[in-house]
Amino acid sequence: MKKSNAAACSACATKGPCGGKGLVTLKDGAWTVNPLAIQMLGICSALAVTSRLESSLVMGAALIFVCVGSNLFVSLLRKYTPHRIRMIAEVAIIATFVILFDQFLKAFYWDMSKQLGPYVGLIITNCIVMGRAEAFALQNPPLLSMVDGLANGLGYAGGLAIIGLIRELLGTGKIFGHAVLLEQWYTPNQLMILAPGAFFTLGVVIAVFNALRGPQDEEENK
Amino acid sequence: MNGNSALVILIAAIFTNNILLTNFLGMCSFIACSGQIGTSLGLGTAVTFVMTMTTMINFVIYHHVLVPLGLEHLTFIVFIAVIAAFVQFVEMFVERFSLKLYFALGIFLPLITVNCAILGASLFMVIREYTFTQTVGFGFGAGVGWAVAIVLMAGLRQKMRYSNVPKPFEGVAVAMIITGVLAMAFMGFAGMVSIQ
Repeated sequence: MKKSNAAACSACATKGPCGGKGLVTLKDGAWTVNPLAIQMLGICSALAVTSRLESSLVMGAALIFVCVGSNLFVSLLRKYTPHRIRMIAEVAIIATFVILFDQFLKAFYWDMSKQLGPYVGLIITNCIVMGRAEAFALQNPPLLSMVDGLANGLGYAGGLAIIGLIRELLGTGKIFGHAVLLEQWYTPNQLMILAPGAFFTLGVVIAVFNALRGPQDEEENK
Repeated sequence: MNGNSALVILIAAIFTNNILLTNFLGMCSFIACSGQIGTSLGLGTAVTFVMTMTTMINFVIYHHVLVPLGLEHLTFIVFIAVIAAFVQFVEMFVERFSLKLYFALGIFLPLITVNCAILGASLFMVIREYTFTQTVGFGFGAGVGWAVAIVLMAGLRQKMRYSNVPKPFEGVAVAMIITGVLAMAFMGFAGMVSIQ
């Protein structure tokens, strides 16, 4: 599904319903202004669900779904939404998509739904979704808004996957439940699965992002 | 489901199961508003008040309206609507009756609607199947715990200004590491009381 969307986007970048901005939007959301590492949005769930890679990926998928869906509908309705009630309209749209995903998880992946607990519902208050609806979808046509939602969702999911990978690997020596680091020479560090490990990992990931982006952007970041 | 008294839950919500340091809720405003002790104290007070009240209101709505009508799938949207409406109401009320309090708390109130700790507390209340008194204890304790964490953090960050931090770690990255150390300190409380 991701691939076909990306293909559709590169197609529209040349043909032009997105005004040729599709690829730039995609790159912006997924890397240049990565919602997680650069803008510091949606940290709550990033820390809470990443103790295992699997739950990180599910959370990432949830966010992509909600972000794309809500951006599409906020954008479709942008000309009919009175300015004063736009916030509550956005929240209602976002909550609808979160409920859809939550019901889907409960119906088909009960274990995962139990494991994620309240954090699926908390996507509603995840600042990324709201932020994109407010900052992007209100001003842009539906297709481009969907691309933006996808890009930000992907950027966020990527960040989650990295953190989840590090924490599961160092915390249990496993990936997806398969032993990778042998116990003879690596003692799993329980701390990485617990709360402090989450903070440390995210701190280091952000620092690495900063270092990779180079010093020129640091001024605006402050 | 669990027979803990409200007092035990209150203590646990402040220390062993701190909503910020073990459940990671309310991180956004935690990072954004922990620059100064005064600011974070104001925000912490506002969060405590709103959290206590909204968990109580949501408890009543969930158990006396949503469950009897079989509308549990609307939980999220109802909770968020209640929180938004309550915050709006408090803002109007405070503005009308105490301008001084309005200027102290006012600017934080809109921020609170999107604070995930508030919604999270209501969702935990449902998942852990608290009774009403337990809910009151939990809502208040979680709010106080959040306030304690953000005030501690603000104190630490005020000192951080004089420290020499490696370039890539400046700003949020080092704040995360400090929070990690803070979370480790709070882990020392584990085993004192426990709720789940």
